[in-house]
Amino acid sequence: MAKITYVQPDGTKNEVEVPNGQSVKDGAVNNLVPGILAECGGACACATCQVYVDAAWFETVGPADGVEKDMLDFAFDPQETSRLSCQVDVTDALDGLVVHVPEEQ
Amino acid sequence: MSVIIIGAGHAAGQLAASLRMEGYDGSIRIIGDEPYPPYQRPPLSKQLLSGDMELEQVYLKPDEFYETNNVELTLGKSVASIDRGAKTVTLDDGETVSYEKLALTTGARVRKLSIPGSDLDGIFYVRAIDDTLGLRDRFAPGKKLVVVGGGYIGLEVAAAARKQGMNVTVLEMADRVMNRVVAPEVSAFYEKAHRDHGVTIVTDVLVSGFTGDTSVTAVTCADGSSYEADLAVVGVGVIPNTELAEAAGLACSNGIVVDDMARTEDPDVVSAGDCTNHPNGVYGINLRLESVQNAVDQAKAAAKAICGKPETYSAVPWFWSDQYDIKLQIVGLSQGYDQAVVRGNPDDSEFSVFYLREGTLLAVDAINSPREYMMGRKLITDHAKPDPAKIADTSVSVKELV
Repeated sequence: MAKITYVQPDGTKNEVEVPNGQSVKDGAVNNLVPGILAECGGACACATCQVYVDAAWFETVGPADGVEKDMLDFAFDPQETSRLSCQVDVTDALDGLVVHVPEEQ
Repeated sequence: MSVIIIGAGHAAGQLAASLRMEGYDGSIRIIGDEPYPPYQRPPLSKQLLSGDMELEQVYLKPDEFYETNNVELTLGKSVASIDRGAKTVTLDDGETVSYEKLALTTGARVRKLSIPGSDLDGIFYVRAIDDTLGLRDRFAPGKKLVVVGGGYIGLEVAAAARKQGMNVTVLEMADRVMNRVVAPEVSAFYEKAHRDHGVTIVTDVLVSGFTGDTSVTAVTCADGSSYEADLAVVGVGVIPNTELAEAAGLACSNGIVVDDMARTEDPDVVSAGDCTNHPNGVYGINLRLESVQNAVDQAKAAAKAICGKPETYSAVPWFWSDQYDIKLQIVGLSQGYDQAVVRGNPDDSEFSVFYLREGTLLAVDAINSPREYMMGRKLITDHAKPDPAKIADTSVSVKELV
């Protein structure tokens, strides 16, 4: 279980408890957190679940690679700490995680 | 206010979530004839079938979601009729429910074969959770599976069955697999990939019957050939569920007719997902799509329409298919193309095909090539005319195609 904070572009925060084994995407869509569309349901096929991992957490979460990295390269306004949230699995180590939701997907 | 959603598929689940996200605070009730809450169908022929996913993982939302957001699920019941004058729906158990707004997310059902032996035990279709679980239960190493139809479903089932050690044969009526949706180069690549994984692919063959006493033992073809089978899976397309809408007097033509805001001709009835025939602004045509993208995006438009904030739904369609370790991502609709340009080498299992009509990009099939897929999406939206010579030249970055 990890408490995850999703920060909207306007600064609004959604704090959600996400069980281990779910993804950071699941935490958002199961709790109606806006801005994370995740249309393909987590198959790494659509790049509509981008988040910017808060700088303080980026080392723990780690960077994207492979397909995810290629997809992100073409997503809306990708940044150094961008991840597709469907590819980030929740563990106790992510308790307190802060991610920022982009303006668009 | 009250919204009744008929059908409990992907569009239904998205519609309920989107209504709450739009701030709708009336009652929402989803009525579905399967015993499961709204779920994702793509895994049914992929991870759920191969045993790589648990049942709960295919559900669109956890149970708590419906409780927390006050969405009532009525499952295992179907709707018998709609009375648009009285604004009621009647369930098969006789219950009559009134609505202020009605959403039809009735989806599609499989096209069933009606040929000698097609009622035998051991013949499966893949559309619902129970189909997949029933089929998975009968999988065992060394058993013979014959797949009728070399489309997405058939080939994904073949890949999942090979993973379970089944002996698999795919029978395709056309001269190549996936002929309806991809260029010959992509078909050839998939035929080779399946053969490399030990699947027998037979094209140009018309299945004419099934033989067996109570359970299927062979699949027979019009040319006299016959293939031994312990199990058969049929994947030959779907038919939109429009009967309820038709009986209620709503216009239907290969789907329930809606406008580009997911609205039917009745101001109190919207429709979304596989069951709709709708205009697509990107291509300037009316079409019916069988895809998650359409279910999700159109359901969002339907929610906005219900909330009095209509917004045009006009998107470039996209699809994906996972077979073995090959990821196929398709963006756009290639129908009507006059030029197909291959980028990369199929022998490297990493290539893409760009489909053009009079120079304008219509669609991209990307095999293990997410960059081409993502760039294709942008270019199609912009009605771009990428230079075919640059497309074919992998030394030119995909970002420099226009």
